[in-house]
Amino acid sequence: MTQDAKTRAPDARGCLVIACGALAREIVALRSANGWIHLDVQCLPAELHNYPARIPEAVREQIREARSRYDRIFVAYGDCGTGGRLDAVLAEEGVERIPGAHCYEFYAGQRTFAALGASEPGTFYVTDFLARHFDRLVIRGLGLDRFPELAATYFGNYRRLVFLAQTENAELTEMARRAAARLGLTFELQRTGYGELRTSLGAFYAQPAVCPN
Amino acid sequence: MADEAEFDLNSLNDEELTEQVYDDLYNGLKAEVEQATRILLKRGWGPERVLNKALVGGMQIVGIDFRDGILFVPEVLQAANAMKGGMEILRPLLAETGAEPIGKMVIGTVKGDIHDIGKNLVSMMMEGAGFEVIDLGINNPVEKYLAALEQHKPDILGMSALLTTTMPYMKVVIDEMKAKGLRDKYIVLVGGAPLNEEFGKAVGADAYCRDAGIAVETAKALIAARRTATAAAAAAAAA
Repeated sequence: MTQDAKTRAPDARGCLVIACGALAREIVALRSANGWIHLDVQCLPAELHNYPARIPEAVREQIREARSRYDRIFVAYGDCGTGGRLDAVLAEEGVERIPGAHCYEFYAGQRTFAALGASEPGTFYVTDFLARHFDRLVIRGLGLDRFPELAATYFGNYRRLVFLAQTENAELTEMARRAAARLGLTFELQRTGYGELRTSLGAFYAQPAVCPN
Repeated sequence: MADEAEFDLNSLNDEELTEQVYDDLYNGLKAEVEQATRILLKRGWGPERVLNKALVGGMQIVGIDFRDGILFVPEVLQAANAMKGGMEILRPLLAETGAEPIGKMVIGTVKGDIHDIGKNLVSMMMEGAGFEVIDLGINNPVEKYLAALEQHKPDILGMSALLTTTMPYMKVVIDEMKAKGLRDKYIVLVGGAPLNEEFGKAVGADAYCRDAGIAVETAKALIAARRTATAAAAAAAAA
């Protein structure tokens, strides 16, 4: 635990982060590294990203189910393709989330992410999570194992794969490099660390409890 | 499998063959759809009839099952690819008939966005429904949209975006159309996974279209309404 966390969050009990499953490992790593001992994490399946319209109500359900057990709740999702519908739900529930369109943006930082997109709109982003689960989520998830000929339909307009790496892990970097090769894209590595995920969770944990009891 | 390989589409009557096209589209069997298209033409079906009765009819089933969560994106793409095979055979024949398109649409993915799967499905279904479609492709700045409107004088402008970060660009295009006094000349339809009806209203589009089937229905309805209004205005002016 950092000294800041010890001194700034003495009453930070009963904090819950409702997170996308794609962030579970990273949030647990941050909790451990920062000593956020009163922070609980509850995850929704990462596969929900294949059906973004389902995310807002799934998050609402988790919030309502957890509300009686926690003083404070935070949501670790970006907009994630919900087109503002997640924000509308969170406004109704009085819960905040990490700012940003999606995890790529809050890992890389808004400015860096905008620059990456502007320099090459045909950029496919991969995080540690996606590098680790590339076969399951991309190859099988998009049906490329059954219909390999669809690769051109899905990725024909992409030019490069940027690996936004949260950790220094040679094995993951190699997996991301292989993913790029499989999709016929150039490969670039960008070490982002945990970016805004760390900042937002740290700020949430440091807030005083809403309910004094 | 041997039975399937030996299965002869020529042995089916028209009704059975149409049903078979539905099945083959559903299963994404491009070669079979192409073969059935040729057989129906050979039997004296007009290209329009083949298109509407067989191909569009089959894709409507695919669209409904996609909407209901029975089919998923890979299967829909396979079906679309099979339909494309049939369309490529019919396109020159449809042109030869000299039939007027029921409307004209300029469509493109907005600036900064390279995703075109949904847009391509809309283009194909609009074409199948009898529209002339001018597809601007991906990553279109406002200038390209405006130049295409000027050049092609369509009834409809369609804009597509997949990313939360790029969808606001639709408002840039619509605002520029307003600034140039062009907005009311066109029906503007928007679509893309992160969009919704509220967003469509907020950016000043005429309608948000959830999928390709809805886009066709909406385009037909709005064109009919506009033509009725124009005819009524002309009649009132003449009276």
